[in-house]
Amino acid sequence: MHAAVVVFPGSNCDRDLAVAFEAAGAKVSMVWHKDTKLPSDVDIVGIPGGFSFGDYLRCGAIAANSPICHEIKAHTDRGGYALGVCNGFQVLTETGILPGVLLRNAGLKYICKTVSLKVETTQNAFTETYTAGDIIDIPIAHHDGNYFADDETIARLQGDDRVAFTYTNTPNGAKADIAGILSANKRVLGMMPHPERAADVGHGGTDGQALFRALAGVLTPA
Amino acid sequence: MKARVHVMLKNGVLDPQGEAVRHALGAMGFDGVNGVRQGKVIELDLADGSTEADVTSMCDKLLANTVIESYTVETLGGEMA
Repeated sequence: MHAAVVVFPGSNCDRDLAVAFEAAGAKVSMVWHKDTKLPSDVDIVGIPGGFSFGDYLRCGAIAANSPICHEIKAHTDRGGYALGVCNGFQVLTETGILPGVLLRNAGLKYICKTVSLKVETTQNAFTETYTAGDIIDIPIAHHDGNYFADDETIARLQGDDRVAFTYTNTPNGAKADIAGILSANKRVLGMMPHPERAADVGHGGTDGQALFRALAGVLTPA
Repeated sequence: MKARVHVMLKNGVLDPQGEAVRHALGAMGFDGVNGVRQGKVIELDLADGSTEADVTSMCDKLLANTVIESYTVETLGGEMA
């Protein structure tokens, strides 16, 4: 598996994401936001957490219009894989690769704590190592993680098995308790919680490890 | 030539910041504030010859997220083509 991790000015989880991919056996290339090409043999693009461009205008909005994002859009349009975590999820919604938007947390406060998630589906490359209904503990750290989409979109996500994770006790007001969603082809996952921060015993939890292992299993050439 | 873009959350989209401002106003004794919606104002200093279509395109592509926001464009000084 060859993963490209994108770095924007203000990204701060890029190295954590790279380490999590590497621990699962991936080769990782760091890609700068001004780059106009992804490595040609890339299997998956990782869009990390952080505060790209200082969250100016809207979280992820400026990053979504950076040169590398045109390449990421082309990559996902071709059926390529992508994982967006936290700010990366916000970037994926701003590019239109995933539907909906992340609003300010309903309680207005930045929340940094470990929360419980329910694995809603395992019919995709990201969560197939879990069991549907598993409750996993993954840290969140965000100010704008309140997932919003119109009722029709929410119903479509639920009906098409595209809700990957829900919160067991929603901390941020997210509609339908949504913590992470998949693209229509199930090859793009955007999630607010940070699986890369629960991927090593030193993190205090390893519930996120299975996600990277799942990807390594699917994306490693036989 | 300048244009001023007003960006507001659409009706039906929860505005927690507006709600917090409404609560604060109530706590300060300003009764009778039934609702507060908070938006953004963006002023653009544009080259001559810029068109309203240019500004609309800027709004659709970057300045507003039309999933949740609506916008209006106001021209200040001069007419847009």
